[in-house]
Amino acid sequence: MSRLQVVSGKGGTGKTTVAAALALALATEGKRTLLVEVEGRQGIAQLFETEALPYEERKIAVAPGGGEVYALAIDAELALLDYLQMFYRLGGAGRALRKLGAIDFATTIAPGVRDVLLTGKACEAVRRKDKRGRYAYDYVVMDAPPTGRITRFLNVNDEVAGLAKIGPIHNQAQAVMRVLKSAETSVHLVTLLEEMPVQETIDGVAELRSAGLPVGRILVNMVRPTLLDGPVPQDVKKTAIAKELSRAGLGGARKGGLAEQLVEPLLEQAAEYAERIALEEEQRAELARLGLPVQELEFLSEGIDLAGLYRLAATLRRQGV
Amino acid sequence: MTLDVPPTLDVDPLLDDPKTRIIVCCGAGGVGKTTTAAALGLRAAERGRKVVVLTIDPARRLAQSMGIDSLDNTPRRVKDIEGDGELHAMMLDMKRTFDEIVETHADEDRARAILENPFYQSLSAGFAGTQEYMAMEKLGQLRSRDEWDLIVVDTPPSRSALDFLDAPSRLGSFLDGKFIRVLMAPAKVGGRAGMKFLNVGMSMMTGTLGKLLGGPFLKDVQTFVAAMDTMFGGFRTRADATYRLLQAPGTAFLVVAAPERDALREAAYFVERLAADRMPLAGLVLNRVHGSGAARLSAERALAAAEALTADLPADAADGELPAAEAELSEEHAVPAGNAGPGENLETGGIVDQEGGKEEVRTSPESPSTPELTAGLLRLHAERMQLLAREQRTRDRFTALHPEVAVAEVAALPGDVHDLAGLRDIGDRLASGGRPAGAA
Repeated sequence: MSRLQVVSGKGGTGKTTVAAALALALATEGKRTLLVEVEGRQGIAQLFETEALPYEERKIAVAPGGGEVYALAIDAELALLDYLQMFYRLGGAGRALRKLGAIDFATTIAPGVRDVLLTGKACEAVRRKDKRGRYAYDYVVMDAPPTGRITRFLNVNDEVAGLAKIGPIHNQAQAVMRVLKSAETSVHLVTLLEEMPVQETIDGVAELRSAGLPVGRILVNMVRPTLLDGPVPQDVKKTAIAKELSRAGLGGARKGGLAEQLVEPLLEQAAEYAERIALEEEQRAELARLGLPVQELEFLSEGIDLAGLYRLAATLRRQGV
Repeated sequence: MTLDVPPTLDVDPLLDDPKTRIIVCCGAGGVGKTTTAAALGLRAAERGRKVVVLTIDPARRLAQSMGIDSLDNTPRRVKDIEGDGELHAMMLDMKRTFDEIVETHADEDRARAILENPFYQSLSAGFAGTQEYMAMEKLGQLRSRDEWDLIVVDTPPSRSALDFLDAPSRLGSFLDGKFIRVLMAPAKVGGRAGMKFLNVGMSMMTGTLGKLLGGPFLKDVQTFVAAMDTMFGGFRTRADATYRLLQAPGTAFLVVAAPERDALREAAYFVERLAADRMPLAGLVLNRVHGSGAARLSAERALAAAEALTADLPADAADGELPAAEAELSEEHAVPAGNAGPGENLETGGIVDQEGGKEEVRTSPESPSTPELTAGLLRLHAERMQLLAREQRTRDRFTALHPEVAVAEVAALPGDVHDLAGLRDIGDRLASGGRPAGAA
């Protein structure tokens, strides 16, 4: 299985949550995973209910069976200083560069450089080995930028090709691309069963494919349980339902009775539900046409907390991560 | 636990007021921001105003809902608007907008040199703040053309929803900033005293950056800077002007959110940031709020009643197995029993919204018995009531932080918007502003 798992998705689909659940699932049974954040939003810290993550790998969770999840919030500026330090032994000059705005220039302004640094750091973690020659992390999971930007973000080579034609950034980009386009990487897209996220997912898959980046799975998030088996028959007897409601102790079934008054609103809700289910089925069919493995994650009605994360991880685990 | 009800945001007076010239819709991604902008634009147009909607990245369906197959960098008139107003819509093309600035402000040769420069090409298409800067630039352009009496703007889906406030000044300060000038001509900056230090810093910097990015990169930047030299002041000036335009009384900010924890947390943050920047906030648009016509029946009671109804069913029926009589029916349809798992009930699911499908539904082998059906209705209601309670809690949290912010709630639609009628419907829901039936 790919050792670098990149998770993207439209805003609002819960990609950070899914990335975290995936990192937990992959760590199960004694493995070690690194969960990487690249957008400086501190979403991982919020999710795991810890203080803001520094630019440093630290353990944030244990997985069932003795696994460990580490997390890292990559900061492009610090990554660049690191990098300069490593190659040029800058010492205090790094600080001076920073003060003059050169670091800011190189990381925010010079297009693509930031992305090379962010993906480069993740790739470094993928390839890192300990003294005994074993990989430092079994898997690296990246909470990546949203679907609309993911191809550009990962396709760093193209981005800097026109600019850094030679030099370390150029070489770095080449090295990063070798990892990203190999079987070592898979890019997963998180979506909901709604039109816009599904459309963006379809567009995103097409873009990734045309850039030669390896698309992994479609992860459908927040799938709600089936509560009604099929639509309510059109010829349903409202009086019969009123009687049932009454029998369940919800008031009188006669016209104007408390139970009778419930019938219309309940049927209305059922009709809305049926409409939603029908739309969801259309979206499922759209996703199926992509010919990619699809996994569904249940909607957690009480919001996402740690317990919820573990539940999602278990679901991923059951479906085979 | 319900707090004081926040003031209701009345959208129509805002749209009708001729003094309202710009409405900015901002908020986290995925809350229906673009749809809200389009619905507001349509409503204002149909109430007689001449409106242009500037969208950043509309879903294809939304563009189509306005009868435009693809939006581009010029406002296109939307057909089939009722009333005397006009609706125009456009989508921001940031590269095109950047090119236009260059073309307008530089002579032909110089413009060509800039447009062909590789650094410019990456900057105009890729720099993280360019989209935000160009959105503001476009807004400034539209406003100064004075062809429309109302401009509705949708903000870019930023990594942080606030980027569009910062990006203009960031790009502005980059383009006429100290560093880029130093890169260009170190001797010009800082006079004699500063020169020596800067030269030292400079050679170190260009040296390092040159090593890092490769020599040609710096050369591209320098050529670019040389060509753009005359335009730098303009960028800063325009960025500042747009920023002031946003603070002006004719502008109204609407924060768009959905009643979900993260979306409202961002909305609260946004409200605070707008206040800090002295941007005029008109209120909060809360999309996708649920209601219920049977709100007095609590989730707990509904579940207990459902339980009671299914408890006395024969064991197999309660399990969702079909009673014998209905099982026979199912054979002619060759639908396996109990296939209602997600992903498998495509057949029945697909039928519902079609009028013609009703015949089929009636004879559907899966028709549950009345007690089962009623129990299902009750479970569905319980889920709805739990949803209502969650939405209420998140809203209360927001109201507690910002009781002064007026709120317009938009009742949830089952599906997406596909046409003007759909947008109109959202506009109606927005304007009615109050809570959908039963939202506690």
